[in-house]
Amino acid sequence: MNNIGIVTSREYLTRVKKKSFILMTLLTPLLIASFYGIIIWVNIGQSESVEQQNIVLVDPSGVFSERIVSPDNIRFIPQKSYSIEDLIYADSIDAVITVDQNYTIDKPLTLNYKSMGSLSVNSNASIKDAFGTVIRDQKLSTMGIEQGAIDSLRSSVEISQVKVDENGDTKTSNAMINSGVGMILSMMIYFFIFLYGVQVMKGVIEEKTNRIVELIVSTVKPFQLMMGKVIGIALVGLTQLTIWIVLSGILMAIIGFIVGINFMDINELKNAAQNPDLSGMKLEDLELLTALQSLPYAKLFLSFLFYFVGGYLFYGALFAAIGSAVDNETDTQQFMLPITMPLVFSIAISFSLISGDPHGTLATWMSMIPLTSPIVMMVRMPFEPDLWQVLLSMLILIVSIIGVTWMAGKIYRTGILMYGKKTTYKELAKWLFYKN
Amino acid sequence: MEIIQVKEVSKFYANHTALNNVSFDVPKGNIFGLLGPNGAGKTSLIRIINQITAPDQGEILFNGQPLTKEHIKQIGYLPEERGLYKKMSVYDQLMYFARLRGMTRTDAHQRIHNWLEKFEAITWKKKKIEELSKGMQQKIQFIVTVMHNPDFIILDEPFTGFDPKNTQLIKDEILNLKANGASIMLSTHRMENVEAICDNVVLLNKAKVVTQGSVMDVRNSLKDNTFSLTYSGQLDPTQIAHIEVKNLAQRQTDATLLFSYTGKPDIQLFNDPRINITEYREVIPSMQDVFLTLTDNSSNE
Repeated sequence: MNNIGIVTSREYLTRVKKKSFILMTLLTPLLIASFYGIIIWVNIGQSESVEQQNIVLVDPSGVFSERIVSPDNIRFIPQKSYSIEDLIYADSIDAVITVDQNYTIDKPLTLNYKSMGSLSVNSNASIKDAFGTVIRDQKLSTMGIEQGAIDSLRSSVEISQVKVDENGDTKTSNAMINSGVGMILSMMIYFFIFLYGVQVMKGVIEEKTNRIVELIVSTVKPFQLMMGKVIGIALVGLTQLTIWIVLSGILMAIIGFIVGINFMDINELKNAAQNPDLSGMKLEDLELLTALQSLPYAKLFLSFLFYFVGGYLFYGALFAAIGSAVDNETDTQQFMLPITMPLVFSIAISFSLISGDPHGTLATWMSMIPLTSPIVMMVRMPFEPDLWQVLLSMLILIVSIIGVTWMAGKIYRTGILMYGKKTTYKELAKWLFYKN
Repeated sequence: MEIIQVKEVSKFYANHTALNNVSFDVPKGNIFGLLGPNGAGKTSLIRIINQITAPDQGEILFNGQPLTKEHIKQIGYLPEERGLYKKMSVYDQLMYFARLRGMTRTDAHQRIHNWLEKFEAITWKKKKIEELSKGMQQKIQFIVTVMHNPDFIILDEPFTGFDPKNTQLIKDEILNLKANGASIMLSTHRMENVEAICDNVVLLNKAKVVTQGSVMDVRNSLKDNTFSLTYSGQLDPTQIAHIEVKNLAQRQTDATLLFSYTGKPDIQLFNDPRINITEYREVIPSMQDVFLTLTDNSSNE
């Protein structure tokens, strides 16, 4: 085995054998699974628990009480009058809406809503809608339009997105699902780069402060030591990821078995929607599931793997260089900031700006620059950017990894043997050009 | 035959010169003392021999050949500041360093066991370094240094942190390595150890060699015509001809006179019936004296 191999296997084995690693690796899927379970449970529970609201409608103007149609979850009960006391003592009545006595349909309408609770967003919209419909219908009929014509005017509008590719093949697509998936994947890359990048840095600092480098560097080239460390820790991350995927799959299957559906099969999901146990799932949810099903999984998986590893390698080398330039962890701050900024920035804007306009100028540029591309391109991937853009971004990242590793190797080689000096950027630049 | 030949080696850093035209030879099978005050350039030199850094000028020969990466496996190095992974077990640690030095797994396994048994440390095999006492850690570090049977061993302050019993153990082990044919370079500030086990020394000060040679030659070179006479009885040193008294230590029953001759030695003195001489010798400076005299910066400048 060559030296990089020996270093890599040490870095890998010592970390994988740690209790904290084993615990984290096993517990996380459990957490995710129970999170899933809670979401499903809450969804089912909620659909049953949304109670019908009984609202007393006091309408001395007489415009609404005859004509209003109660929306879902709300029942309007017309009354001549209703006092506050009545509201307080009547358990079955949730609210009172009073219409001004002098109201006519050509005036703006102000509803007086009294309740012991507060008005939910959904109810608010439903109530406005119900009253608005009455007013509109009234106005239309005063213009002499028949009721039948008015009914036919009501139309429901929904957007059903279809993505068309160059070959003319179509796919359903859903912006929510796309940005959600992109967000989850890029978040994972973000955390992986941070968690494991910092591990690289700490490992380097440990070797430096313990003077282990003095022993090792005499047998191993500094570059080999650095690469062994970066690769070893990358393997730790991949191991963790693999275990997570496998365990999550198993747990999902178990939960699915308990609930009685297979999450991987869309047809079963559709059938399950008919199932009275899951009647909470609405048709919209099913559409989401269809969109989820039609995501480009192979592309997503491959690009995720690439940016997961590539992003880490790019930043891992930088973290190694930082570790070599300082004497202890507290000194790392000044160097950490400039390299963590692009990461934090791209994750911060990814949900709003990037998935808001996934093929815009900002998104395109940021998915090319290697400092931000692992995260930004991953956010864009579910929206399926042009292939040439993906390939170019990957190529740039690969070239940058080589460049950054070379640079980091130079800094590392000088830095690990330098003690007791506060390193400045100027000095780092000088180290790049040292011969030996 | 020399194991190491340092030929006109210089090393410059941005603000100072670490080594200035340093040359010396380390004979094979010797224990060689690399001496000098802090900052004299010892660590720089050790790093160059270990090929951690390269000299700016000059070269180093190993067994008569220019130093290459191949020689690393024949060198063992015990750094002054100990370097071990705190969270790694003793066995894993030793195995790691053995593998980096090119040993096979089975070979390394055997040697690790032999050494741990020799140092009565076999029961710590599975323990993490951070769970061991300082002395125990030092022993492990020593094993790391010599495990691969190097021809040339560099020991930088090998005795720090050891109690007298373990110091003796390490000292014996160093002599043992020498008896088995290894050459050893010992860098230490403890001059009594240098006198006890070193064959040859080189003394560096301010990046330059100030003296080198066998321990006896180096000490003799600093002789300053001082003699020591220990006697009992009454004597007035000022009355003795041709000597200059340097010091007289008068004790209850005897006295020690330090003096130097200014002329022909006075034989009369030794026949003086009033005194009874118990010891007469020429004073040879100790390594401590050599060190202090030659590295006294005020007299150099």
